[in-house]
Amino acid sequence: MSRDRAAWVLPVSIVVALVLGLLPLPAAVAPLRPYWLALVVAYWVLEEPERAGLGFAFFVGLLADLAFGSLLGEQALRMVILTFILQRFRARLRFFPLSQQALAIGALLVNDRIVTTALHFILGLPSPTGLAWVAPAIGMLLWAPVFLLFDMLRLRNWRRR
Amino acid sequence: MPSYAGPTAARTGDIAGTLRLLAYLALAFALIVLDHRGGWLARARDQVDVAVQPLWAVAGWPGQLLETVNDDAGTRSMLIAENRRLRNALLVSGARNARLQAESADNARLRGLLGAVQRGTLDVQLVPILDIDLDPTRQRLVLDAGTGDGARVGQVVIDAGGVVGQIIETTPMHSTALLLTDPDHAVPVAVQRNGVRLVAYGTGRSDRLALASIPLSSDVKVGDVVVTSGLGERFPAGFPVGTITALRPDESRAFLLGDVTPAARLDRGRDVLLLRRAPARAVIGPVMPGAASAPGAANAQSTASDSSSAPAGATASAPPPAPAGVGREGGESSARRALQSDNASLATHPLPNPPPPERGREQKPAPQPAQSTEPRP
Repeated sequence: MSRDRAAWVLPVSIVVALVLGLLPLPAAVAPLRPYWLALVVAYWVLEEPERAGLGFAFFVGLLADLAFGSLLGEQALRMVILTFILQRFRARLRFFPLSQQALAIGALLVNDRIVTTALHFILGLPSPTGLAWVAPAIGMLLWAPVFLLFDMLRLRNWRRR
Repeated sequence: MPSYAGPTAARTGDIAGTLRLLAYLALAFALIVLDHRGGWLARARDQVDVAVQPLWAVAGWPGQLLETVNDDAGTRSMLIAENRRLRNALLVSGARNARLQAESADNARLRGLLGAVQRGTLDVQLVPILDIDLDPTRQRLVLDAGTGDGARVGQVVIDAGGVVGQIIETTPMHSTALLLTDPDHAVPVAVQRNGVRLVAYGTGRSDRLALASIPLSSDVKVGDVVVTSGLGERFPAGFPVGTITALRPDESRAFLLGDVTPAARLDRGRDVLLLRRAPARAVIGPVMPGAASAPGAANAQSTASDSSSAPAGATASAPPPAPAGVGREGGESSARRALQSDNASLATHPLPNPPPPERGREQKPAPQPAQSTEPRP
């Protein structure tokens, strides 16, 4: 499988994830918005570790901070933590079936929420509440489709798992 | 490739990875603290923000598309109904406008009598909102107008209801407005009924502001309308901020805390108004030398100009109807009475705040020498 054939997928996926994060949603469901960027970064960290490491995660997080208007460095921090955990368990995660992978991603997203809440608590900023804690579950459900879509785009065929 | 190797072989990689993690975490923390504390990064951020403009533009497309489709797909009956509604609204506002014009002329005449300079009307600019969601824990709005359209940092954003917020960042294409309800935001306000001066803080919820440290002795009630006081020189005086919906004692039981429902529609209107040139400040403005012939007249002038900024808003495209009328009548009548007698104006001063604020005291000496040189009529 050649890796350079679909080099465009990575930057495009990041941009799409950022735009998805900015899209207006009705106020009632806005807290449920999945953290698209985390899903995309997780995919690249798992599948192409030579291209997507801690530096990549940091850079993408900074870009997201600029785009979303959050504190500069906040999402960079979250992305770096997420990436580090993924890299630690990468060897195991890669051979999980997709359903178990989704569970692991869900756990990571919950952890990400906890990191955000703790950070906001330390800085005295308001923390996301209520429905926002359901968002990781939605991210978990979206992992399989995202994963399969990227595999298809990148490798041009469905991989047997 | 160490990443494919088993856990035992990856030991050295683990340590290097941890070190790199720590380095990145430290960098991220440094950035967060710098951005949170000093705002030293503000200038750098302004530069880099230009890079994300295309992203914002792209993310704004669906919202614009939806709006266009919505406008295009209106059925005939809907259009007829909307036409009727708009025609009615036009009639009503036309009538109101005519009345206001008469009163405006009246007001100008009175102000001429008082010797005050004529102030310009409110100059506003209609700006569409770029419909994208920023970080949900912060209350911001992206406007589809940047420095190219004349937006600049510090400009006040209003809508038909009242104050929306102020611009905190501008780029060539877009600008970001901080809403009243952002936890970082505070606006100096006055209770319209009696002029008690307070500060309204954002709470992070789009439907609520908080008033802190209301003295128990002050006559503030649920249902009072709160307007900008003009202190602090950022927000011009007289714009509606909200209505007090609840009052409760704070922890010390020496002060009250209040909840305010914002007057502006902070959640998703389509357009807002940018205040290009604020009307001259009123409440704490310097006293005009010509008007300082008597303390009563000086007082009356400041109150008249205080309330007249509201009708100025009404003559512009966005009328805040009820408060404008109320403020106007109060100001005008007090001005009239002031012309009749100084004492009466002191008695009917719309802002009978027993202890005047520090600024008020600063301006007090101005009338005194005038009074001593010029005998009262």
